[in-house]
Amino acid sequence: MKSALIALVEDKPGVLNRVASLFRRRAFNIESLTVGHTEQPGVSRMTIVVDSARTDVRKVAQNLYKLVNVIQVEDVTERPAVIRDLALIKVRTNGSTRAEVMQIVETFRARVVDVGLETLMVEVTGTEEKIDGLVEVLGSFGIVEMVRTGRVAMVRGSNGNNGKSQYRIKGE
Amino acid sequence: MRRTGAQIVWEMLKREGVEVVFGIPGGAIMHVYHPRRDYGIHHVLVRHEQCAAHAADGYARASGRVGVAIATSGPGATNLVTGIATAMMDSSPIVCITGQVPTSVIGFDAFQEIDITGITLPITKHNYLVTDVNDLAYIIHEAFYIARSGRPGPVLIDIPKDIQKAETDFVPPEEEVRLPGYRPVGPGDPEAVRQAADLINGAQRPIILAGHGVLMSGAMEILRAFAEKTETPVALTLLSKGGFPESHPLALGMMGMHGEVFVNQAIQEADLLLAFGMRFDDRVTGRLEHYAPKSRKVHVDLDAAELNKIVPVDVAILGDLRQVLEQLLPLVEPASHQEWLEQINRWREESRARDIVHRPSNGRLLAPQVVHAIWEATGGEAIVATDVGQNQMWAAQYYHLNRPHTLMTSGGLGTMGFGLPAAIGAQVAHPDKEVWAFVGDGGFQMTMQELATVVQERLPLRIALLNNGYLGMVRQWQEFFYDQRYESTSLLNPDFVRLVEAYGIRSWRVTTPEETHQAIAEARSHPGPAFIEFQVAQEGEEGNVYPMVPAGAALHEMIRRPTPAVKAR
Repeated sequence: MKSALIALVEDKPGVLNRVASLFRRRAFNIESLTVGHTEQPGVSRMTIVVDSARTDVRKVAQNLYKLVNVIQVEDVTERPAVIRDLALIKVRTNGSTRAEVMQIVETFRARVVDVGLETLMVEVTGTEEKIDGLVEVLGSFGIVEMVRTGRVAMVRGSNGNNGKSQYRIKGE
Repeated sequence: MRRTGAQIVWEMLKREGVEVVFGIPGGAIMHVYHPRRDYGIHHVLVRHEQCAAHAADGYARASGRVGVAIATSGPGATNLVTGIATAMMDSSPIVCITGQVPTSVIGFDAFQEIDITGITLPITKHNYLVTDVNDLAYIIHEAFYIARSGRPGPVLIDIPKDIQKAETDFVPPEEEVRLPGYRPVGPGDPEAVRQAADLINGAQRPIILAGHGVLMSGAMEILRAFAEKTETPVALTLLSKGGFPESHPLALGMMGMHGEVFVNQAIQEADLLLAFGMRFDDRVTGRLEHYAPKSRKVHVDLDAAELNKIVPVDVAILGDLRQVLEQLLPLVEPASHQEWLEQINRWREESRARDIVHRPSNGRLLAPQVVHAIWEATGGEAIVATDVGQNQMWAAQYYHLNRPHTLMTSGGLGTMGFGLPAAIGAQVAHPDKEVWAFVGDGGFQMTMQELATVVQERLPLRIALLNNGYLGMVRQWQEFFYDQRYESTSLLNPDFVRLVEAYGIRSWRVTTPEETHQAIAEARSHPGPAFIEFQVAQEGEEGNVYPMVPAGAALHEMIRRPTPAVKAR
């Protein structure tokens, strides 16, 4: 089973390196890790997906807390959360297959974002399973190139920062 | 108030209460060194940067304060690495300051450039590369706070040369640190504490496993009160020696691989383990499947990542040990465990009968008897530093300690060469106290250049070299587990007495038991540093550390010292 952790970290040089180094030296197996800005200046947010059969999610969280720059860690696996992955897929097409591909794209509520003579570029957002499904179907036409962001997650409901209060950041 | 980065370093060290630093200057740090004497901070010039870190570590362990090491960029910084890793594994608070090439050439492979913050990332609690002189004062303040608070550890600050030279208006940083993600723990969860108290009040055969956390949290007094109120015997890890007086009737002694048999027997037979500020290192548990199988377990630690990491426990309490014990003490009932203590004492008598220090002399010099003699001569009041290996285990087994912060030893990393520089740090912290370094001939030769530091600093250090002509602990393993093939462990040694005398240190050589006491007495009465080489038994029953839990064996499956009667048959 896959588990998702959300980590709020200070936006400082080397923080991603500290997190990656921690995973390596503790031999944690990471499926995906995304990082980006948040609504709060000075705070970055990581979504970390681990295979909980191979890596103890609790240990990942406890060890993340040992890093001085990690503000908060939350396991959202069991919480009602929106979890999304984004993919760009370049599919081989020709005159006879283009319409069929576009119809599949439509069915998956994906979008065509670029059309070339021999390819289409598809943008799709959704759960990992949905994207896996689209990739499988498009695979029969030939996938020329693909990039996926890895998962990002947010807990449902009206609270910000996963229900926790705002944090005071250096320089404020 | 205009100040250069270099001046800010010393200004801040002074504000953090630093009186002494250990280091070696070099091209990228000499700008920092330049204004040192204006600030009245003493500098101990070591002979290798590894020993600057070890000495700072020894200073920290002996004083309870933060130790400081300084080195230049490149090789100076990389030489610190072993010392930093040693401090990390043993949660010792040190701050290392390194010079770095100017920011304009960072990343250009400049002369003596190395990415020391990258290299030390996994072996520091935190580290910094300073990129703006205006951040420097606050970073130093924060570094000291991080090093000494929570679970202590090493912090490194890398300062490029242009930052050292840059001038700025010095503004002392405010006392409060701004670390939103760093919250050292306090008391434990009251519900968990109550559950622990219930287990304690119901236990028939409880045992306390006291760890380094006892010393780190200053829990010595409260631990003693707790042990006495609940009449619970106390076993010690290597690093907690001194955290509970070994002369106390409830003190058992060291547990684990080279712990006494009766201590490990008590752990295996206990119905309640109280793990206080220790982390179930593989050297204390032996084979995990058979570890303390009859017991419920309570674990108190301030590092959440240590709870349920190795040994699953019934009650895990995240908290500062001293504060948790303050919560626990009123909740536990006064208890009597006479039957349990008598059982342990029967095991203890059996262990004592086999103990080599009680064996009549056969003319050969035995290392345990040397340590025992020094312990007797010093009344157990010396501060002791050890190297790593057999000498370390003999020192731990036979130098009984009653006071905190009196043992400097590399537990987690097991760093050979630690003994002498750590003793230097301890002696610098306590110039008027008697400090003994126990070293082996292998480890001593890894850092013995620091004899020059001892002399230059006029430190009255006492060094006991237990010379068995081998990398002794490896040789012991080869004897037990590798068909007695002493592969690459035999050492062709120099004449240590002449070598040490060349540094101007008064030296003695002891080859028989009869000479032992007189040499120790003379070395103790000598005003300056003193060195005694003890040529001890090299191998076999007289040259091995007993008892021993072989790697992969359960705690009760110890190799015991053959009794003389058995030997005679």
